[in-house]
Amino acid sequence: MTVFPTTIADAKKMLEAKKISALDLTNLFISRIENLDKQLGAYTQTCFESARNQAIALDKSGDFSAPLAGIPYSLKDVVSKKGLKNTAGSKILENYESPYDATVAELLEKSGAILLGKVNTDEFTQGSSCENSALQLTRNPWNDKKVPGGSSGGSAASVAKYLGLFSIGTDTGGSIRQPANFCGVTGLKVSYGRVSRSGIISYASSFDSIGPIAPTVDCVARVLEVIAGKDEKDATTPNISVEKYSNSLSEESNLSGKKIGVIKEFIEADGFDTDLKKSFEGTVEKIKKLGGEVVEISLPLTKYAIPTYYLLVKAEASTNLARYDGIRFGETADVSTLEEQYTKTRSEFLGPEVKRAIMMGTYTLSAGYFDAYYVKAAKVRTLIKEEYEKAFAQLDAIIAPVTPFSAFDIGEKTSDPLAMYLADIFTVTANLAGICGVSIPTEKVHDLPAGIQILGKAFNEKEILEIGAVLEKDYNFTAIREKELV
Amino acid sequence: MISKEDIIKVAGLSRLSLTDKEIEDYQKEFTNILGFFDILSEVNTDGVIATAQITGLENVTTEDVVMSFDSEKLLKCSNQTKVKTQIAVSAVM
Repeated sequence: MTVFPTTIADAKKMLEAKKISALDLTNLFISRIENLDKQLGAYTQTCFESARNQAIALDKSGDFSAPLAGIPYSLKDVVSKKGLKNTAGSKILENYESPYDATVAELLEKSGAILLGKVNTDEFTQGSSCENSALQLTRNPWNDKKVPGGSSGGSAASVAKYLGLFSIGTDTGGSIRQPANFCGVTGLKVSYGRVSRSGIISYASSFDSIGPIAPTVDCVARVLEVIAGKDEKDATTPNISVEKYSNSLSEESNLSGKKIGVIKEFIEADGFDTDLKKSFEGTVEKIKKLGGEVVEISLPLTKYAIPTYYLLVKAEASTNLARYDGIRFGETADVSTLEEQYTKTRSEFLGPEVKRAIMMGTYTLSAGYFDAYYVKAAKVRTLIKEEYEKAFAQLDAIIAPVTPFSAFDIGEKTSDPLAMYLADIFTVTANLAGICGVSIPTEKVHDLPAGIQILGKAFNEKEILEIGAVLEKDYNFTAIREKELV
Repeated sequence: MISKEDIIKVAGLSRLSLTDKEIEDYQKEFTNILGFFDILSEVNTDGVIATAQITGLENVTTEDVVMSFDSEKLLKCSNQTKVKTQIAVSAVM
């Protein structure tokens, strides 16, 4: 039997040494998807033929020098890829085919990576469990009665089960870090603007960030090197140079000299599971043992983060979703007048959480409420950003939990939207402040993966990846995942 | 409690039609969620500038150049009737 590569670096080494052909590697992952995804439900569509053709062409050329040459991956089903459907997990786009490539998809193709297909998401990325997908259910690879998290649940579940070596997800308020945490893999939420949003279906445009979910810190670093940078098609990408993030990762094996903050308001948060809290405290101790200095900090505005976040994202979402009118793309209801058509199309083909966002956003943006709600929240956002900037002036990074509880049962939490919103307490502040964060698995708690996130200054992905790599090495969660899920 | 009329008005602006049950549910949910938003009034934001662009970029401009794109591909995305290179929509009134 061929040795099974479980990281990008391993696969690359094998391909370069011609120990495996790109076609054999591609077929290996294809057969895993064919055998295992029926149960998991991660992939919404596959493109095996084009994957094989791309692999054959690579083998023929014999040139594996491109950074991700021959590496199989998937895209969350909101990232445009010419010729493939881009459903956003919604009935309204169930049959919509992208006429062009997202910048990220284009860059990955150039890097030689091999696309296996698209993976599930909550409808228009609004949700934390993938249960809001109107198309299919995705299960947690560690326990099929549990949710994989969301909204990038298909990305996290497929990577954890090794149905691809990385996946591109999106994070508006935790949608990369939370599912990565629930599925025991690594998820990178980049700084706002680090990766182009061009060609990716929007949730909330001033919050959305695009990033990789992959088995290890080194894997996400390698993908980031390819997808980061200024893009003429996205005016919110600043001209800040892209580093070789993966180069410095193996050098450090301790955290001496690092000053790492712990947010007091997170530790004291209501509903933070006691076993997960204990696990987090264990990580804090580990950081100290590894030579890091841990400082408790207070960010008093934390209590306003969830209302600020939800007010702003639902407002932005309501305007972004106005384009789904049944005219230019997507499904169309059959009625005689235009206004009736808008209303019937949207009512028939959009799901409950998306309608709630449109209603909520339309309300808070309407005349008479705009200043009291939207503008007020946008001002509080400024203060939250300043609070983080002040904290980072004296810290290298912040360490935080990712979720207040482990992956929950399918169907357990779908009835109360406010309760679901509150569960995002540890992740939304990074998006409010525009900073970066990487979530890494540490150990098993409640027989499910647990983990932490490392938050860093805007555009300082290098720092959090370095710290993440040291903790990853010490915990060695990879061994557990490989034993149980390969 | 948010009134039934408010919910119906917002639904109209949102181009969504709601059942009586949905209207009732939204009344309860909105009252809850908006009540939760009200906590923001505790924060003093006098003199604070609202943030809409988190990295602070301003007036990013680009050359106004026409880029070619196969319009057939875009037309194919629509389920509506096509007339030459245009989408025919239903009557406005």
